Order: sequence, then C-alpha cells, then structure tokens
Amino acid sequence: MKILVPISKVPDTTSKIAFTDGDSKFSEEGIQWIVNPYDEWYALVRALELVEAGGGTVTVINVGDATSDPIIRKALALGANEAVRVDVNPADSYVIAKEISAYASDKSFDLVLLGKETISYNGSEVGGMLAEFMNLPYISLAAKLEVNGDTATLDRSIEGGSEVVEVKLPFIASAAKGMAEQRIPNMRGIMAARSKPLTVVAATGAEAKTAYVKYGLPAPKSAVKLVDPENMDELVNLLHTEAKVI
Amino acid sequence: MSVLIVVDTKNGEVKKSSLEAAQYGANVAASLGGEAVALALNANNAEVLGTVGVNKVLNVTDVSVSASDPQKVVAAIVAAANQVGAKVVVFAHDSTGKAVAPRLSAKSGAGLVTNVTSLPDTANGFVVSKNVFSGKAHADVNILSDEKIVSILPNAFSVKAGEGSASVEAFSVDVSGINSGITVKEVKGGDSKVVPLPEAELVVSAGRGLKGPENWGMVEDMAEILGATTACSRPVADIGWRPHHEHVGQTGVAIRPNLYIAIGISGAIQHLAGVNGSKVIVVINKDPEAPFFKAADYGVVGDAFEVVPKLNEAFRKFKAANG
Repeated sequence: MKILVPISKVPDTTSKIAFTDGDSKFSEEGIQWIVNPYDEWYALVRALELVEAGGGTVTVINVGDATSDPIIRKALALGANEAVRVDVNPADSYVIAKEISAYASDKSFDLVLLGKETISYNGSEVGGMLAEFMNLPYISLAAKLEVNGDTATLDRSIEGGSEVVEVKLPFIASAAKGMAEQRIPNMRGIMAARSKPLTVVAATGAEAKTAYVKYGLPAPKSAVKLVDPENMDELVNLLHTEAKVI
Repeated sequence: MSVLIVVDTKNGEVKKSSLEAAQYGANVAASLGGEAVALALNANNAEVLGTVGVNKVLNVTDVSVSASDPQKVVAAIVAAANQVGAKVVVFAHDSTGKAVAPRLSAKSGAGLVTNVTSLPDTANGFVVSKNVFSGKAHADVNILSDEKIVSILPNAFSVKAGEGSASVEAFSVDVSGINSGITVKEVKGGDSKVVPLPEAELVVSAGRGLKGPENWGMVEDMAEILGATTACSRPVADIGWRPHHEHVGQTGVAIRPNLYIAIGISGAIQHLAGVNGSKVIVVINKDPEAPFFKAADYGVVGDAFEVVPKLNEAFRKFKAANG
C-alpha cells in the first residue's frame, strides 16, 4: 500500500502566541516548531502501522520553505520511508491543497491520510480541498481506520456519536484522536532519517484565495472571584444572578 | 446578491449549529441587500429557519444527499447557488461544514474561512474574524475571490428567534452520476439525548485531581442536575479513565459554552486553549496556585471530594426552587 501523509509545521503546544509588525505577522521569536500533532500522532502513526502490517511505503509531504526540514526529519525518524517538500511558504490552505495535488495526482497513492486540522490555523480545510482536486472520496474526522484488501472501514466522528463508513481505495481521510497512539522516535530511527530521501520540488505557483490581515489576542480576564468552599449556595447564587448562566 | 446557507439536520430536525449559521447568513444577506436562502438537507421542520430571518428554504428530500457523502452535498449546493445567484455560502463549522465546505471551495474556487466569529466587514473587501492557535488568538482574514464561503464557529452566535417566516419548497438535484463509493454501515450514539460538546451551553469537566475513574459519579451527578455535558482533560482521556471524545483542549474538542465548570484540572496552556472561549469559567481546585484560577471567573479553593457534593446539593436546591 502506498500512503501519502501531508504534514504541517506548527508552534509547539506550550508556545506563547505573540505577533509583530503591527499585529500583522505571527512572531516566530523563541518558537519551537513541531509536526502538527494530528498529522503526527494519528495520521502518520496509523499510516506506519498499516504499512508495518501489510507492506508498502509511507511518503510524507510538506508545503513549506527550508525551515520545515527539521520537522520533516522528525517524521522520517518516526519511520516514514521518504519525504517531499514543495518549496513555497503557503499563504493559505487552498495553496497547500493545490500544491499537494499537483505533486500527488499522478503518483497512484492508495490512501492520503492527514490530521483533522492544524493546531495553528485550525482550518480543517486541506483534506477536503485535496479530495476535490484529486477527485477522491473524503472521510473527515476519522477516529478509526481499518483496511481490508481494497476496502477500508472508518469511524467518522459526528456530533454526539459516530458513523461507521465503508469506502474503496483510493481515498482521503482526516485523522482525529483515537486513530493511533503517539510514538517517540528511537535513536536508530533518528540515525536512519538522516539518509532517507527528502526531495525538494518547485511549487506550481498556486494563488491564495484568502489573506490574513491582522491578528489579536483575547481580552485579558478580570481577576477571579473566590468563593468560600463552605458556601456553595453563594456560588450558585452568583452563577444565577450575576453571571446569569443558570 | 443572495446568501446561501447550508443547513444540516439530525433525525430530521435542523441542527442547532445550522440554525446559528442560518441567522448569521440572514444577517449577511441583510447587510448586502440580498435574499437569505437556506439549502436544507432533508429537514422536517424547515419552517423554523424563517424565525431567524431566512426568506426561502430549498429543502432537499433525498436522504442520499448527506454529509456522509460530501460530493453529493457539493452538487446540491452548486445547483442551488446557481439557481438563486448566491455569491456567499455559509456553513456551520461542525462535522458537516468540515466535510463539505473545503470540497466546495476547491470545486468553485471560492475562498473559504472556517471557525468564523464575526460578521463580515465589507468596508475593505470581505473581512471576517476567526479563531486561530486553538483559541489562543484570533485573526482577521480577507476573502479575495468574488465568491466567498464562511463556516461559523458553533456557539459563537446565540440564536434569537423572531416572528419571520420562510417559504419552503422541495429541491431536487440529480446525484445519480456521483459514485463516491461511500456507504454508511452504522450510526452510533445518534439517538443520544446528551447535547454534543461543541454545541453544549453547560459543560462539567474533571481532571486528574479526581484520582480515578470510579470517582466520576459526582461529576455525572452535577451534569445531570444541570442538564450539562461532561468533558475531561487530556491526561484523563489518555490513561483511559474517560472516552477520547470527552477530551477538551488544544488537541481535543474546542468548546465555548456559557458555563464551564472545571474540577481538579490544573489548567495547562493546552487545556486553556480549548476552553477559553467559554463565557463563564468556574474552577474548583485544592491548589490555590493552579494556573487555571487566572483564567477563571469564579474559583473555589478546596478538595473536590468535599466541595463537589456540597455544590451538587446547592444546585439541587436551586433547581427545585427555580425549576
């Protein structure tokens, strides 16, 4: 089975978020970059499990400039066979999906598996766009994925439950929590990653459909009002008369 | 120009998130001087859309056109948008919007912004605010293409039903040529009475401070008294005390209820990212230094095993008195 796993570069989950240039740009100062957790923990690990069980290859692809190389090496250290980087700093999800599709359309992948969203821009967009560009079925928010021959069974999360769906390969799925367990790369993996192929391909010049104009941080909260643990009637009263939420 | 709102249903009823999207779309249509048209997927109560300002409902009455098979929904949207001349399409950013909106964007070339929290500012283009960095920040995004798609964050706009009414007509679309090969084998939990986390207005959540899954009874009691939905922190889901779908935070579900009660959760930055859109946060923790108190509106410093039963008693008394 030939699997493609698109990965994004995102700030580490503990990052303090700040902006520069009149709040028009994300401040990269002091930021530790990681593979987007949904891409790594669930999509990539599940892809590796499928190949370990049934044979095949896992290719990771990133749309980004050379600053993505360390996180691509991390994906290789976890066990991906090869990597591709489309050399452009993408302005939006549309560009990412278009560039991945330009690379992947003639490569006969059986499965494209990516995280349900990034923890940076939270778009949940690339998988669906890519499916349309590649004319493939798309199963979003999959918490479970089993492949049996040319058919796959997935649990697609819906509000308050899930749907068990069946689909024929090839298709695209976005991975949600539950699909796999996070792995830590070992020393052998890290050494092997150095010699695995990372191919840089030129971008096709896809144009963005949206532009980020300005960023902001949430308004700071006013100080917490402490309530005596012996007086829970007081808390209930505050929630009713002051906060008006019950 | 008219605005088309994609409205999904659950067991035939318009979803709460879709009703929010319909009201949003009606507001956009009013500001653009156009008509608000809803494309409903197999709705039994389509007339409810009139109460939030929708003028006309095109109701698809073909159960095969569902979010489980996004290509068919996209075909229906394209047909409806052409018929009514819509330049703006509005979704709810729920499981339906996530499945369908990106496909529509790629097919039509219309720019898409998801997680939207504001009405568009059309003074300089078509600028909407969205949540980014899992709620740690927000961004203003301009949609550059002529046609626009926005997908709005659930619970970001509260519904105010009015007196309006909408005309409802059946809408048929030929999807026989679309064969995505997707078949739904089973639906799990679809009939659950519990409000799903992303839509919940009251959420009761607990973390490692509860020491073990056997101690969740008092949390479930509180949820039952309030009619709230239960949630948990990441470590608790990871060690299997609670199911994964209850995990709220940066790598779990992002929520914005009216009231979020956090019990025995310290408030790591990753957890706060997923819940800081909550209108009111109550934190119960025995550690006065827990970082969560800085993000809370109300705090109780005390042992959860003593505080929560007392609070449940107080809630019970309140409910008995106020119904």
